[in-house]
Amino acid sequence: MDPLINNLDIFVPAFRNTIILFVVSGVAALILGTVVGGMRVSPVPIMRGVGTVYVNFIRNTPLTLLMFFFAFGYPKLELGNLSYMTLAIIALSLYTATYVAEVIRSGFNTVPVGQAEAARAIGLPFGQTMSLVILPQAFRAVIPPLMSVFIALLKNTTVAAGFSVFEAGAIRAYLSERGEPAIVVLLWVAAIFVVLVTVLSLVQRRLENKWRVAR
Amino acid sequence: MSSVLYDVPGPKAIVRNRILAVVTVLVVGGMLAFIIYRLAVTGQFTAEKWRIFTFPLVHQNIIDATLRTLSAFAVAAVASLVLGLLLSIGRLSDHAIIRVPVMLFTELFRAIPVLILMMIMYYGLPPLGVTFMTPFLAVVIALTLYNGSVLAEVFRAGIESLPKGQTEAGYAIGMRKSAVMLLIQYPQAIRAMMPVIISQLVVVLKDTALGFIVTFQELLYLAKFYGGQVTYGSPIIPSTIVFGTIYILLCLALSAVAKWVEVRSRRNPRITKVAPAVQATNQGEIK
Repeated sequence: MDPLINNLDIFVPAFRNTIILFVVSGVAALILGTVVGGMRVSPVPIMRGVGTVYVNFIRNTPLTLLMFFFAFGYPKLELGNLSYMTLAIIALSLYTATYVAEVIRSGFNTVPVGQAEAARAIGLPFGQTMSLVILPQAFRAVIPPLMSVFIALLKNTTVAAGFSVFEAGAIRAYLSERGEPAIVVLLWVAAIFVVLVTVLSLVQRRLENKWRVAR
Repeated sequence: MSSVLYDVPGPKAIVRNRILAVVTVLVVGGMLAFIIYRLAVTGQFTAEKWRIFTFPLVHQNIIDATLRTLSAFAVAAVASLVLGLLLSIGRLSDHAIIRVPVMLFTELFRAIPVLILMMIMYYGLPPLGVTFMTPFLAVVIALTLYNGSVLAEVFRAGIESLPKGQTEAGYAIGMRKSAVMLLIQYPQAIRAMMPVIISQLVVVLKDTALGFIVTFQELLYLAKFYGGQVTYGSPIIPSTIVFGTIYILLCLALSAVAKWVEVRSRRNPRITKVAPAVQATNQGEIK
């Protein structure tokens, strides 16, 4: 317990930064991912094309490479100074948005076409077809995989430690200066992650049971 | 084309879609043009910054680094497939004394970030007397533990998606549990889950890049090394472009295999359709 208690001044701010990375990139990825997901199911072929290229390109790029580009390459573009934290958030958001987009796209695809056709057949206008018939069903199908994406995002925030961001992944480097044994420190970090992920998984399971679509 | 979201477009919708198409082209083209403009203005396309990548010795080093990345990937991929198979057998055991510890093991290693696992291997274990730890081993072991646990869940989901009659038929003709698993469940589950398994291997390939942070001398390590050569104008952006292209092409090639297998297996009537829910849940998991 001692390595944790004696170094709370490092552990607490580090995990606070991890949570900040997680929440800010999560919200940004949700917004960008919804836009891209919407593009991928839109009736305009060129929008679908742009969405597909973006998703396939970023999905096949290691997150480390994206962070590498933003941390080392971006300053060379002389577009104004951004902190490493901000750059990490941009990289995490761009990366996670592709997974959000895929989840949203497959969420729409789980709704049978007959549902929309039935809604149109009984004379519902577009707005009501969406808000009363399709979105409620798609939303329910999207929530559990979306939570998995966020769990992965939480774990991915550690990558930022390699690029000068002070967060949970960087705790070891800070504490090795104080002479703490690396293994104990790292096991504490791992344990805290297990707790955080378990909490998110429990939330996921509750939402899944609550909103399961009966078909 | 009609979909759940919209009907076949009429004349008004066609006009609107055309306008949207033009706007998309302008916005996306504008963003790309701006990036290229910034790259050009800051001198990233000058010959000086690219000269370092014309030397044969550099080519040789790039090839060596690619091979190191690929060998870490190959070892980790095979090891995680084996570990995944073993763990899935354990999770499907009839004996709680095996099933519960294996379940805890898979849940634990799926919850710990791979990078933290790599750090535990590379920084944590050597002071405890593990003298043989190299960055390569740290990367491979961490990737194996994580992806093995994920694959175990994939195999299990594949087996549980099979119709119950398959197992019952096996028992009915007098097979033991081992024969039912080996001859009936696993062959079908693996075929049904093949696309998911291969896309998990893409994750293994992508995550070898994390080795960069624990000083494994793979592609990104070399990218940073060459990008910092002041004599050649610190070509970090050309370097990122060169090494990034290699990484992305490798991953795209593997993803293309996954896609090809998926299309092929969809056409094959002998492969049990995996419930879309199973695949959807797994999609989010894959990272």
